[in-house]
Amino acid sequence: MSTPLAAPRIRAPRSARAGEVVEIRTLMEHPMETGLRQEGGRTIPRDMLTRMRVRLNGEALLEAEFRNGTAANPFHVFFVRIDRASELEFTWTDEAGRTARATHRIALA
Amino acid sequence: MQRRTLLALPLAAGPAWAQTAETYEAAEQSILAGRLASPSGITIEMPTLSENGNSVDISIRVESPNTRADHVTAIHILAEKNPIPRVASFTLGPRSGRAEVATRIRLATTQTILVLAETSRGQMHRAAREVIVILGACVDGG
Repeated sequence: MSTPLAAPRIRAPRSARAGEVVEIRTLMEHPMETGLRQEGGRTIPRDMLTRMRVRLNGEALLEAEFRNGTAANPFHVFFVRIDRASELEFTWTDEAGRTARATHRIALA
Repeated sequence: MQRRTLLALPLAAGPAWAQTAETYEAAEQSILAGRLASPSGITIEMPTLSENGNSVDISIRVESPNTRADHVTAIHILAEKNPIPRVASFTLGPRSGRAEVATRIRLATTQTILVLAETSRGQMHRAAREVIVILGACVDGG
């Protein structure tokens, strides 16, 4: 039985001027266990997110591929240029194929 | 004697991940794929001294016109002395508006952080930073 992934947290403006470059912040609660760590003589099983995909109005905006070196509770900051009222769609995927999704709308100011 | 040495090799090579992991040098060569990297155009923001290797803030900015014809397509982070030297890779496009990403990484020990960036014109950029880690991220044996 696998538990679902946590609900992602997104911080981004609700509106932007046409042509404006805005900052997007994402936080995903996740232990990012590498499978290399031990606790009380027992190896903690591997549990890693492998990918974050961000689409802007259906088009690829950013894709992040994580290895062991991404810290627990992956936090990311990136940018997007807003030309029109936009919808951002976020997807996180783990090694077991589980996914978490979120969307965020940005209106034209 | 020689045969015995060969047989002993897998045991001497250490834990399973060490045998399969790509080395730092191999990871860099694989990303560069024979291309020469310019030692300019990348700004790495991260503390020079980190108390806790479990979570180290890093921000990377690549100079770019960010146009459809000329933009940054990928940013790679490598850590020289982590068990898995490839930390993360980001694929971007002209819609980003700014070739900048920030993340939080794990560092096993004091080491060099290497950032490689690729552009839509096939240019490579490279930047490296030393970081001192006081308490390394738990990678083997807590």
